[in-house]
Amino acid sequence: MATAHTPATEHAREPSFYEGKTGFKNWFITLDHKRLGMMYLVGTMVFFLVGGIAALTLRTELLTPEQDLVSATTFNKLFTVHGAVMVFLVIIPAVPAALGNFLLPLMLGVKDVAFPRLNLLSFWVYCFGACFFLFTLFAGGLDTGWTFYTPYSTTTGTAMLSATAGAFILGFSSILTGVNFIVTVHKMRAPGLTWNRLPLFVWAIYSTAVIQILATPVLAITLLLLIVERTLNIGIFDPAMGGDPVLYQHFFWFYSHPAVYIMILPGFGIISELIAVHSRKHIFGYKAIALSSIAIAIISFLVWGHHMFVSGQSELAGVVFSFLTFAVAVPTAIKVFSWVATLYKGSIEFNTPMLYALAFLFTFSIGGLTGIFLGSLSVDVHLHDTYFVVAHFHYVMMGGTIIAFIGGIHHWWGKMTGRMFNEAHAKWGVLLVFIGFNMTFFNQFVIGQQGMPRRYATYVPQFQQQHVLSTIGSYILGVGLLWTAIYLLRSLRSGPQAPDNPYGGASLEWQTQSPPIEHNFHGQPVADTDPYNFPQIDRSGGMDAH
Amino acid sequence: MLSMFFAPETKEAAKAAAGAAAPVVEKAAAAAPKLPPLETAHNWALPTEASTFARSTDNLYLFIVALDVFFFVLVIGAMVYFMWKYKRRSEDQKTSSITHNGKIEFLWSAIPAVLLVVIFAWAEIDYLKQTTPPADAINIRVVGRQWFWTVEYPDNPGVSLTSNVDEPQLTMIVPKGRPVRLTMTSEDVLHSFYIPAFRIKKDVVPGRYTTLWFEATTVGEFNIFCAEYCGDRHSSMTGVIKVLEPEMYEAALKEASKLEAKPGEAPAEFGRRIYTRRGCNACHTLDGAPATGPSWKALYGRQETMADGSSLTVDDNYITESILRPQAKIVAGFTGAQMPSYQGQLDQKQIAALIEFIKTQK
Amino acid sequence: MSSTHAHGPKPPHAFFQHHYDTVEQQAGAAKLGMWVFLATEILMFSGLFLAYFIVRAFYPEMVLGSHELLSKTMGGINTVVLLTSSFTMAMAVRSAQVGDTPGIVRNLYMTIGCALIFMVVKYFEYTGKFSHGIFPGKYFDYERAAAYAAEHGHELVGMPHIFFGVYFTMTGLHGVHVLAGIIVLTWILRRAQKGHFGPQYFTPVENVGLYWHIVDLVWIFLFPLLYLVK
Ligand code: HEA
Ligand code: HEA
Ligand code: HEC
Ligand code: CUA
Ligand SMILES: [Cu+2]
Repeated sequence: MATAHTPATEHAREPSFYEGKTGFKNWFITLDHKRLGMMYLVGTMVFFLVGGIAALTLRTELLTPEQDLVSATTFNKLFTVHGAVMVFLVIIPAVPAALGNFLLPLMLGVKDVAFPRLNLLSFWVYCFGACFFLFTLFAGGLDTGWTFYTPYSTTTGTAMLSATAGAFILGFSSILTGVNFIVTVHKMRAPGLTWNRLPLFVWAIYSTAVIQILATPVLAITLLLLIVERTLNIGIFDPAMGGDPVLYQHFFWFYSHPAVYIMILPGFGIISELIAVHSRKHIFGYKAIALSSIAIAIISFLVWGHHMFVSGQSELAGVVFSFLTFAVAVPTAIKVFSWVATLYKGSIEFNTPMLYALAFLFTFSIGGLTGIFLGSLSVDVHLHDTYFVVAHFHYVMMGGTIIAFIGGIHHWWGKMTGRMFNEAHAKWGVLLVFIGFNMTFFNQFVIGQQGMPRRYATYVPQFQQQHVLSTIGSYILGVGLLWTAIYLLRSLRSGPQAPDNPYGGASLEWQTQSPPIEHNFHGQPVADTDPYNFPQIDRSGGMDAH
Repeated sequence: MLSMFFAPETKEAAKAAAGAAAPVVEKAAAAAPKLPPLETAHNWALPTEASTFARSTDNLYLFIVALDVFFFVLVIGAMVYFMWKYKRRSEDQKTSSITHNGKIEFLWSAIPAVLLVVIFAWAEIDYLKQTTPPADAINIRVVGRQWFWTVEYPDNPGVSLTSNVDEPQLTMIVPKGRPVRLTMTSEDVLHSFYIPAFRIKKDVVPGRYTTLWFEATTVGEFNIFCAEYCGDRHSSMTGVIKVLEPEMYEAALKEASKLEAKPGEAPAEFGRRIYTRRGCNACHTLDGAPATGPSWKALYGRQETMADGSSLTVDDNYITESILRPQAKIVAGFTGAQMPSYQGQLDQKQIAALIEFIKTQK
Repeated sequence: MSSTHAHGPKPPHAFFQHHYDTVEQQAGAAKLGMWVFLATEILMFSGLFLAYFIVRAFYPEMVLGSHELLSKTMGGINTVVLLTSSFTMAMAVRSAQVGDTPGIVRNLYMTIGCALIFMVVKYFEYTGKFSHGIFPGKYFDYERAAAYAAEHGHELVGMPHIFFGVYFTMTGLHGVHVLAGIIVLTWILRRAQKGHFGPQYFTPVENVGLYWHIVDLVWIFLFPLLYLVK
């Protein structure tokens, strides 16, 4: 798209979207997708900090086998708050609602999402749901684990209603965003931007939105039933009243397994952009990457039972779920191979976003490959609810999505804020995060396989050494992230002005100024080729870029 | 206390222990509480393999490790090689125009798919073995409660062992080389019965019976963990399973379930042992802090208000009733449903000893 | 890629939003958005239907015995009322398409009227249940409910509180949707009175109509499943 009609540079600079009406009120009722995206970004980062502090506290408790720093109850509340905040307030909204909101209309070359007011409503709903979570924190916390399993959740004395109500409300925010994005992608595209020319980030957000609207209503109804069960004891989940606790688990995972792909697909989208742009290579296997997202979206609805291999569900169910679980691994493998193949004969620049993308390949591969152990029936019987699972999902969520997210923040930082961060500082950040992360979670695979159950406030002393290593790792990780937050925030004041297209990207968001003007583009951008057609591509060698 | 049948490593030692139980008991009672033994050779090793399933599960585990390492090295190796080879050396460095390649894309979808089917089949065969207990298995019943396990032996009526929240203690005894089938249920919330050394685990679900079977292959003591989060002291819901040579099994069972005053033991001391051995301490503290049940601190002689508003003085009769029919009178602020009845599990002597012990809690 | 070029531009109406390129694009987006949203509504209710079927599979006799206590008459009346309202709603959309403002207003009044009747009947149904001890969940009064059942020659089997728990949850959630329907219907009624709709612009009427049909549809499933189990 080097040939897009109206490169920003031909225009005199106009005031950016930041320079319109300012003040709290104008931000809080803004219909501008970019402002909403920025507010989501701030929101998710604040909660990332909250969840991270809970994580570091619980890691500190785990330094010793005995219970010393906090009481067992507090420990249980810590991992619940940590898990629930990270899942419902951070990772699910992070990429779609923050980066997606900001970038989707820009990448599509349009002025806004289809329903700006709905977008604003969705943000308010997010804040409203977040308030419920905050209320839960101040009302003494919740100690059920983020999965809210019955009958514990219907009998615990802790603030269970406000937390589930919060998750319920956040679900609506997620649904509304999903509806908005689906319609935007279908109906609002710049002239020439056919489905085959959509940036893969858009494809990823689109597939995510499809899962969001199909799965989140089921979460809503599950939580509603849980709330009704808790307040009125209608008896469908509580065995004491004639109900079935395993039924709850089916309901919960029917949402929450697809939800893990809600978490990762947007991350995949970021990685596709980062790898292509920073190696200036046409992405390898565009169609396969785009369609495998759709395949994942579909199959992901059929594997929820792999969280329940030992729950007492029927053996046949276990076998079917195990088979389908392996089926989802294949489309993911296709993506990973395609990313690596994209590097082949590229022109790879080792700047911060690219380093995050490469770190992602490393950590996500470990996370995904360990999913294979968990999908295997007999092995999962041993590994279920041990630290092996904890390590698996941190490798895919923290090492996958969050690493991709931070990479994406760096990649689009100039576009979003108009400032560049300090590359040298940022590289230290990558190093600390990478080392800290692996040190925290790699040995959790080992203790998990040795039988260390998760959600344990105290443990047998034989695991102590590994726990200490893990805790030290988490401190390094914390320092790395704090460092990242600091240099990014400082760049807002003292960073150099960002160019419109600092990395030579070819998709439409790079065709406007940084930060974009209120209506995104000067005039109507036109897409006349695909978004990975970089000028550096050598077209002399026979093979044609489609 | 756990070491009542402390892991004698050799057959001879085990025999000796069973033969000369009494002195061992004496010694054990004096010893400090022992945590379950280290189950791995070193920090990074696989845990001990102590059941017939362990070997095959580990084989598959190692196979997946090998496969994963292979693919990881392939993917990350290629990545690192490309990073080095195609590092940007000049701003206008040309890049290849390759956009796809049907053949290679087919291969890297098909090969993993085939390998995954192999893993699936292997795991499934193992799993089906794990879910079909042989007919001649020894039956054991397991009940999970917040936060202890009760293990009963229908073939040996009256034998009942419990785990303990404050220190690991002997919870289950099984013979080596004989299949054992557990029928499990929970009286409150979900738990999960997990023995890492046997590579087995199954949720324990209220209102349902779940089953689990295994055949131990190694004499020794192994950890039992509760693997499903069940509240405050989930991580204390651990126990110890002891595998014995079949010849010693019956005798050991009798010995283990014997809960009698030792010669010269004061009733209150004996009561204290019952307090931990029978799991009262899972719900009753001694320091005044209310837990699932009322604390026993200054309980005896106290004016207790009941849920129905009446009040009474705690005396021997009331305590006996509370133990045998907990539902009869319920203390205000608690639910009677949580305390199990100990009818048939504690005899008069033991109850008397408990009362003496409660009396000493001022 | 947008289909607008084929039709040629239409004059934008007063409610045209400037971030769209054309009127068709705006209308198309609104309609697609509504359909997607309705899909989520259907999925949400499907979760409840699933719960219902599971309960029914667990305790078939209990469900059979308990459903006798529901009033088929009231349920039947409500079914007719809702079907009527669906018809008047469709008429309202039709009126909007042909630019008949009084027609829209009239039909919307009738639709809202039906919705209100539905809620009133629901109120009597619920209070009727409550007066016989049939409360949701733990408040269920087995003795009084059983006596009431016996009076009418039925028998309660097993754990009827589960059936009624499901009944109250399903009809309750549906009732909330009817209430929301009344609110949005009133909103477009006000707009219709101000003359906002005509052949150029009637998407809101159409979308509210779609929503209302879905609410109706859900009831069409609820009624036989809860009231006419056999
Ligand atoms: C971002 C989130 C995310 C992602 C993407 C995944 C991806 C996968 N997960 Fe994970 N998972 C979670 C988040 C996620 N998971 C969470 C949160 C839990 C626990 C929840 C809780 O209990 O609290 C969990 C738990 C969990 C379980 C249940 C474990 C248990 O409780 O006993 C299982 C079991 O099958 C599983 C399997 C898988 C598989 C097979 C994949 C696959 O999609 C992975 C595919 C990826 C690859 C395979 C790697 C890349 C490919 C290559 C390098 C090429 C070579 C590949 C091959 C030859 C196969 N996961
Ligand atoms: C997105 C999901 C996510 C993320 C990112 C994390 C991140 C971390 N988790 Fe998380 N974790 C979960 C999801 C996640 N976790 C879930 C779902 C559970 C299960 C809960 C349950 O059992 O119910 C769990 C459970 C869990 C456990 C197991 C508890 C137990 O079973 O007993 C542990 C233990 O080590 C742990 C540790 C950590 C650590 C050290 C991090 C670290 O990576 C955290 C590092 C972050 C910080 C230190 C914050 C710093 C941030 C800033 C300074 C702002 C940054 C700003 C910019 C970069 C711009 N987590
Ligand atoms: C699973 C939890 C649990 C276990 C195990 C348990 N109890 Fe209780 N206990 C309770 C609860 C709850 C109450 C209060 C309700 C009631 O009065 O029945 C209670 C009440 C009592 C009381 C009356 C206390 C008072 O304040 O009036 C006595 C005595 C008692 N238990 C003895 C025992 C003994 C002895 C054991 C073990 C052999 C035991 N309990 C094991 C839960 C438990
Ligand atoms: Cu019992 Cu955890
Ligand atoms: Cu899953």
